[in-house]
Amino acid sequence: MKIQTILAAGAMTVAAIAAQNAHAGAVLDGIKAKGFVQCGVNTGLPGFSAANAEGKWEGIDVDICRGIAAALLGDANSVQYTPLTAAQRFTALQSGEIDILSRNTTATTTRDAKLGLTFVGINYYDGQGFLIPKALGVSSATELDGATVCVEPGTTTELNLADYFRAKGMSFEPVVIENINEATAAFFSGRCDVYTTDASGLASIRTTMAENPDDYMILPEIISKEPLGPVVAQGDEQWSDVARWAFLAMVEAEEFGVTMENVDDMKANSTNPGIQRLLGVSPGMGEALGLDEAWAYNIIKQVGNYGESYEKNVTAKLGLERGLNALWTDGGLQYAWPVR
Amino acid sequence: MSKPQHAPGDVRSKSLVDYLNDENVRAVLYQIIAIGLVILAGWYLVSNTLYNLEKQNISTGYGFLDLEASFEISETMINYSAQSDYATALIVGLLNTVKVAVLGIVLCTIIGIIFGVARLSSNWIVRKLATVYVETFRNIPVLLQLFFWYALIPAAFPHPRDAFEPLPGVLLTSRGMYLPVPVADNAYTLMGIAAIIAFVAIYFIKKWATKRQDATGQPFPMLLTGIGIFVGLVFLAYLIGGAPTELSTPALKGFNIQGGYNISPEFMAVLIGLTVYTSTYVAEVVRSGIQAVSSGQWEAADSLGIKRSVALRKVILPQSMRVAIPPLTNQYLNLTKNSSLAVAVGYPDLVSVSNTTMNQTGQAIEAISIFMSVYLGLSLLTSLFMNWFNKKMALVER
Repeated sequence: MKIQTILAAGAMTVAAIAAQNAHAGAVLDGIKAKGFVQCGVNTGLPGFSAANAEGKWEGIDVDICRGIAAALLGDANSVQYTPLTAAQRFTALQSGEIDILSRNTTATTTRDAKLGLTFVGINYYDGQGFLIPKALGVSSATELDGATVCVEPGTTTELNLADYFRAKGMSFEPVVIENINEATAAFFSGRCDVYTTDASGLASIRTTMAENPDDYMILPEIISKEPLGPVVAQGDEQWSDVARWAFLAMVEAEEFGVTMENVDDMKANSTNPGIQRLLGVSPGMGEALGLDEAWAYNIIKQVGNYGESYEKNVTAKLGLERGLNALWTDGGLQYAWPVR
Repeated sequence: MSKPQHAPGDVRSKSLVDYLNDENVRAVLYQIIAIGLVILAGWYLVSNTLYNLEKQNISTGYGFLDLEASFEISETMINYSAQSDYATALIVGLLNTVKVAVLGIVLCTIIGIIFGVARLSSNWIVRKLATVYVETFRNIPVLLQLFFWYALIPAAFPHPRDAFEPLPGVLLTSRGMYLPVPVADNAYTLMGIAAIIAFVAIYFIKKWATKRQDATGQPFPMLLTGIGIFVGLVFLAYLIGGAPTELSTPALKGFNIQGGYNISPEFMAVLIGLTVYTSTYVAEVVRSGIQAVSSGQWEAADSLGIKRSVALRKVILPQSMRVAIPPLTNQYLNLTKNSSLAVAVGYPDLVSVSNTTMNQTGQAIEAISIFMSVYLGLSLLTSLFMNWFNKKMALVER
């Protein structure tokens, strides 16, 4: 045995008990037994996942978990939320503390291959940008040489930032704060010139946390690709299938024009075989996934289709248009695999 | 279980029973069994973890330490850039932890002694002020104090564009304090060497002075001589080095203040927070140490006509040290361990860098094992030093 392996072995003892749920089907069985989905979300990013004034969690990331709960348990409210910082999220998933992580998380090679994770879909196509106070007098990211930049640790953002400045031959001083509320407070108090994260996150911070949003602007440069999506741990393929198809059903429903409002009507009257398959009028899909035949009906009835979720959370709260997240038929990237 | 029956003449099995009844043999046997159980439990945990991690396709091992870190760190005491490897990044974090811990220990000792003595002052105001200080800062959780200082510093000082300049060249801004520093020159190396020589010289003179005082009772003005030797030698080295005067003064350039030496708000928040919090405990330790010295010592010093301030310094404090050192060690260890809270306010200490590393590589268990062993090592070192110091200060039985 190599010395590194021995050292690792010594270190592993800590996680031994935590990691015991690795046998196949364990996550799915666990959820059915306890009767709810344990969902890891952001500690507070309006539009994606944030608790509203009544303490109810809202956002497109939250809707993913609600959709899964509706498909699996028949009730979109059978979800318990665990707010996580960027630095905590993967450990929480690996240790089995949460069943699914739906927390604006970028899919990358390392995370997919080395961390024992599976990305089940991309529910938001994003890119990294820069938020600045207008008083800074800068109109392009290429003018940011020497700036102080606030960033959350343990994110792809932190790496892209270093890459971008290195590639442009510019220098910067990072201020790395784990909690998003502390980090934004540091930015708004003038500790940093620039705040960087995904463009959607910047819009969220600007519109919901700035005292006067008009004093701040997002620079035009988008410096990275950030495909954000829900993640599950490897080892329970049946569970990752359920999570994947619950999301895809929402996109498929939008393509078919099935909405929260007309879903009952569609179920009773639609003659479109695709819609009939989706809503379980012609059975088979539910059985294939090990779910009730009304799985997709429950999602759409209780949570809505992808477009409705986007409209309600992202457009209404952050004022962001569909852009890359429009359906492929409208020139976007959202493209559901066929439910058949 | 039935007891085995032995014939009276069965020498062999009787001796075995005797053997098992032997107190010493049993003691050894129990220990062997205990160690065996511990090893078994450890083996079970390790093999189980490795098996489960493999099953979850999570990679293990310390190989990631050689990979490029590709994130920046704001405060580094050694050369570091995004191209450096994770091992270097962790060393940067470790040095930052040590920096804040060492400075914190020195400062909290000084402040703690002042407030500890002040709590016993005969002056009512001084005594009460010291009590308020101790009781306030001792009873607020240290994490909240860090948040408080970190919120205060950027809010209390202006943006770098309109920096506040209390002294020429010293700038106070929401991004920390900037101090002018001399531009590197050979003269400063020379001055460093001179300082070391001065310390050695002072050590020997002190030894000689103590010996003379023991023999003849004649005191020697050690403090003045010491300062004289130190300042004289260092200044001489400065002149020999060519008396360089070039300073790097901080000034606004682009977005930030460039040049000079920057003390970041994160570092200040952590240092102030830890120092203030721990100094209250040190103050209590010092107070209890002084009160542990019997009042007869004060009276004896009085009756010999020794001034009260001299009596405190030469009679009381040395004796109270013996009582104070063990609990003081605890406080130093606490300060070092509490420095891991720095991560909350963005100071790039070991925990902060490890957290980032853990996230970028996914090697949570490995990264945690590294910083746990480092803290253990730091604490053991502190403990070792304090134990040595304690032995040196302890009452020598004659």
